[in-house]
Amino acid sequence: MIELHLLLLFMIVGAIVAVEVGDLISSVVAVGAVGLGLSLVFLVLKAPDLAITQLVVEILCLIILIRATIKRDLPLIKSGRWHFNTFSTLLFIVVFLLLAFISLHDLPGFGKPLLRVASNYLREGFLRTGSANLVTSVILDFRAYDTLGEATVLFTAVMGVMVVMRRIGRKKE
Amino acid sequence: MSAYFLCLVLFCVGLYCILRKRNLIKIIIGLAIIEYAVNLFFVLAGYRIHGRAPILAADQEIVNMVDPLVQAIVLTAIVIGLATTALIVAIAIRIYDKYGTFDITRINKLKG
Repeated sequence: MIELHLLLLFMIVGAIVAVEVGDLISSVVAVGAVGLGLSLVFLVLKAPDLAITQLVVEILCLIILIRATIKRDLPLIKSGRWHFNTFSTLLFIVVFLLLAFISLHDLPGFGKPLLRVASNYLREGFLRTGSANLVTSVILDFRAYDTLGEATVLFTAVMGVMVVMRRIGRKKE
Repeated sequence: MSAYFLCLVLFCVGLYCILRKRNLIKIIIGLAIIEYAVNLFFVLAGYRIHGRAPILAADQEIVNMVDPLVQAIVLTAIVIGLATTALIVAIAIRIYDKYGTFDITRINKLKG
C-alpha cells in the first residue's frame, strides 16, 4: 500500500500549504489539490463511486470558494496577541494525536473490517434489489431514508443560500 | 495502522487552521480539510486487503469485496458537505459586504 501512503502524505503537505500560504487564491488552489488527491485515494481504496462524486464536488467547491475570494485578495493580518491561542491549540493537537495513537490499536486492523452488517448486503444485495452496484443498492434501497434526509438537507441549504444571497431585502414601510 | 494515523494528522491540520487563523476563508478551508479527513477515515475503516470494488460482474464470482455500507454513507456525506460549504461561503460573502473585512476580530458589532 505504498501508493496510499504517498497520496496521504501529498494530501497532508497540500493541507499545510493551504493553511500557511499568504494569499487566499493560492490557499484555495492548494485545498483543491487536497480534494483531488482524496479522489485518487478513493480510487486506490476501491471506491469508484466516491471518486467520481468527490471529483465533481471538489470542482464545484473550488468554484464557490474562488467566487468568494476573487475580488477580495486581502493580505492577512498577523499581528496581535495570539501566542496563548497557538500554544493551547498545539498542546491540544499533541494530546489528541497521542491518545489517538494509543487507542488506534483497539480498532480492527487496517484491511480487516468487521463487515457485520455489510456482509448481509454483500450476500443479498443483488437478489433483493437487482442492482449490480452494491453501493447503489444500499443508498437507494436498504438505506433510502438516509438519501431522503440528504435531499432534505440539500434543499434546506440551497434555500439558505438563496435567502442569504438575495439582493432585494424587505421593503421598509 | 499508519494510514489511520496519517488521516488523523490531516484532521489535526484542519483543526489547527480553524482554531488559529483569523481569516474567515481560511476557517472555511479548515472545515473542508476536516471533512476530507473524516470521509477518508470512514473509507479506510471499510477497506479490505486485496478487496474488490463492490460492483458485481456477470462472469465473475464474489471473492472479497470492500464494505459497501461506509461507501454509501460517505457518498451522502460528501454531497451534504458541498451544500454546507456553499451556505457558509454565502454567509461569509454577506459578512464581507457588511463589514468590509474577513478578519474575525473586527466582526464585533454584536459583541455585548
